Amino acid sequence: MADWYTNFANSGVGTTLTKQLGLPRPGVLRRYEPGGPLLDGPAVVGSAGQGRLRDTVTAVLRDAGVTVLSPVVADGDAAGEKLGAVVLDATGVSGPADLAAAHDFLAPAIKRLRSNGRVVILTDPPAEAESPAQAAARQAVDGLTRSIGKELRDGSTANAIYVPEGAEAGVAGPLAFFLSGRSAYVDGQGVTLSAADVPAGQDAEKPLAGKVAVVTGAARGIGASIADVMARDGAHVVAVDIPAAGDSLAAVANRIGGTALQLDITAPDAAQRLVEHLRERHGGVDVIVHNAGITRDKLLVNMDAARWNSVMAVNLQAQLDITQALLDGDVLNPGARVVCVSSQSGIAGNRGQTNYAASKAGVIGMVRAWAPAFAERGATINAVAPGFIVTEMTAKMPFGTREVGARLNSLQQGGLPVDVAETIAWLSQPTSAGVNGQTVRVCGQSLLGA
Amino acid sequence: MADTSKPATRKAAIVGGNRIPFARSNTAYAQASNQDMLTATLDGLVARFGLQGAQVGEVVAGAVLKHARDFNLTRESVLGSTLAATTPAYDIQQACGTGLEAAVLVANKIALGQIESGIAGGVDTTSDAPLAVGDDLRRVLISLNNAKTMGDRLKALAKIRPGQLVPDMPRNAEPRTGLAMGDHAAITAKEWEIGREEQDELAVRSHHNMAAAYERGFFDDLVTPFLGLTRDNNLRPDSSLEKLAKLKPVFGKGEGATMTAANSTPLTDGASAVLLASDEWAAEKGLPVLAHLVDAQTAAVDYVHGGEGLLMAPVYAMPVMLARNGLTLQDFDFYEIHEAFASTVLSTMKAWEDPAFCKEKLGLDAPLGSIDRSKLNVYGSSLAAGHPFAATGGRIVASLAKMLHEAGPGKRGLISICAAGGQGVVAILES
Repeated sequence: MADWYTNFANSGVGTTLTKQLGLPRPGVLRRYEPGGPLLDGPAVVGSAGQGRLRDTVTAVLRDAGVTVLSPVVADGDAAGEKLGAVVLDATGVSGPADLAAAHDFLAPAIKRLRSNGRVVILTDPPAEAESPAQAAARQAVDGLTRSIGKELRDGSTANAIYVPEGAEAGVAGPLAFFLSGRSAYVDGQGVTLSAADVPAGQDAEKPLAGKVAVVTGAARGIGASIADVMARDGAHVVAVDIPAAGDSLAAVANRIGGTALQLDITAPDAAQRLVEHLRERHGGVDVIVHNAGITRDKLLVNMDAARWNSVMAVNLQAQLDITQALLDGDVLNPGARVVCVSSQSGIAGNRGQTNYAASKAGVIGMVRAWAPAFAERGATINAVAPGFIVTEMTAKMPFGTREVGARLNSLQQGGLPVDVAETIAWLSQPTSAGVNGQTVRVCGQSLLGA
Repeated sequence: MADTSKPATRKAAIVGGNRIPFARSNTAYAQASNQDMLTATLDGLVARFGLQGAQVGEVVAGAVLKHARDFNLTRESVLGSTLAATTPAYDIQQACGTGLEAAVLVANKIALGQIESGIAGGVDTTSDAPLAVGDDLRRVLISLNNAKTMGDRLKALAKIRPGQLVPDMPRNAEPRTGLAMGDHAAITAKEWEIGREEQDELAVRSHHNMAAAYERGFFDDLVTPFLGLTRDNNLRPDSSLEKLAKLKPVFGKGEGATMTAANSTPLTDGASAVLLASDEWAAEKGLPVLAHLVDAQTAAVDYVHGGEGLLMAPVYAMPVMLARNGLTLQDFDFYEIHEAFASTVLSTMKAWEDPAFCKEKLGLDAPLGSIDRSKLNVYGSSLAAGHPFAATGGRIVASLAKMLHEAGPGKRGLISICAAGGQGVVAILES
């Protein structure tokens, strides 16, 4: 584990010290392990208003072997069994008055939430409300979820799912993700579903079995972790990186039983070469993860054109060009998934990173704009925006900057590359068909850009 | 009546290749052994074609300079690689012909249906070269090892003399003539009146061609970096006739000497591997067929007493192979003539053009004729890449197969490689 402070804070002496000094006490996050349970304890499901998703939610939990308890009504009933998750169906809210029920359900239930617990709230998108009062109540869920995220401790998270009419079939995949250890570092986020043909189920252990997944920038860091997780979930990974990184790329490919493709994605013929490779070797592609990215930091006033242009070329233009070539080349298999790596900097901005932040914000715009076209072909395109992720790159940061950066979030620690990888692998799953055009932050509910 | 005694054969497909960048002796790979380099090269090939844990029919490779401990070099490399441990392997050695000969051997077994897939390779290091003790010391040490009593051991030890402690250094020299290969090539260059400038021109073109190929990404799926090296470190993209003209000759003697360090290959470390298969095996795995190995021929010349140049054997092998395939020397789209020395390439082509030589030495009615120089070593050759002896054949086979594939179906390529001991290997590839 890379985070020394989390280890320390959870040691015997560390626990005492951090408590007495009022220092951050990051929990050891529960991360997904194949074959492990969805939750570490029972769940409760409640409603605010006449919701329509309670049965769906209960079915998802029961299918995963989770015991579903009756809602805890009595205030302060902390003596009961510790809960693994609290799920609120708030699709029935018609106005602020209905939110009282949310409070009545959540307060006693969350009091009984165990460490690494999960709070998930479902409602309809505010934009589709029939009245201002209904929109207000739905939008209130956003503030509610984010605040719960900030109040929770010991690795617990709170997230929201916005479910429009007709998108109910898409709930199971995202709900399971937010409940599971896969979403360990996703906190305080909301995902808006859209109507789509969602497969009824998927192989729980190998959701990507039989899929061909391209991962760019796969030779090291987050990209290598994405390749690992995609392969673990059953995909054949085509690991792509620049030729100069070919030796570590080969090591990644050999570790996961994938293949290595040495390709500079900014070369003029790169997109075409990738398309031909996929057509010739695999007859098409199911998932492409645009992970390759570079930083060339300088204050804007001191930034030369080379720094600006190289970052744009790798981080944004290559994603556009390759995605377009995959569409034009007709190599995207039915149900294809495109997952683009954005960044917290693209949301919050970052001093010295005008080029990087611009490119990463561009990615968010790109997936939103492309989503309808992908939906038409039964495919999706989404982005993930990592926050402070502990990598070789952050290890080189000055101690103070690094430690402060790592704590500025609700989970009080940096994420790991695997946290980004798990989110990408989830977006790549067949049952994530209802998630399209979204940017999911993997930031532990960072204070930056929130 | 049909001849049923002859087994049906098929042409072996070249699926692709991999090599590590070649490094001048005692530079990037100074600390790497042959086994290190061959294993890394195999692993790069495995990664490119998804062969992790796969058992291929056979892995055939070799090294020219080899330690005694490397008696099973290829098998040991396979065991250290991500290929299945059940993959059989054997070593071969035919000097600079090793890599191409390995490909021919693998291709022949595929052609006969004895295997469905195989890897041919080669590796050499002149940095981690074996040193041997002299014969006198060796005999003393063996008798010491055989001694049964302390007295016998002391007697054996007493026979050691200071002069015996100087090791036998490996030399790039022909055992039967004592001449360096470059000196042999210089004799041939003089015989064929090969000028300094045309040698330098060939060398400059090799560097420029290879640099351009790297720039356009041609080697992206042929080379995997190793030990921090991403391109051949002998490659000089800015090489020029003016720069080369300044160099003093290093081979040959006196006024007529033309061969310099730039128009001769340097001692080099490196490894290469080529994946061959039946068409069916490739199709089943979803792997491409870049080209087929159509035919090959070896020849040897008597350079000791017969008056022929040490590196001229390919000249003799060529007409035999062409006649067998009903082809002329002009029926090819690409020519890969190994640039051991620029003068070797030029002497070889001059011999094929020479009516008297072709009649007297090759027994031909007409000369083989000239080849279109714009089709020669179009992506550079050994003068640019360097020449790790046994690895050169694999480099050429994989690159030529890719060139033919890019050019489209039905294109032909010719390979000619000279080797120590007066030997040569030639081969035809076709897309």
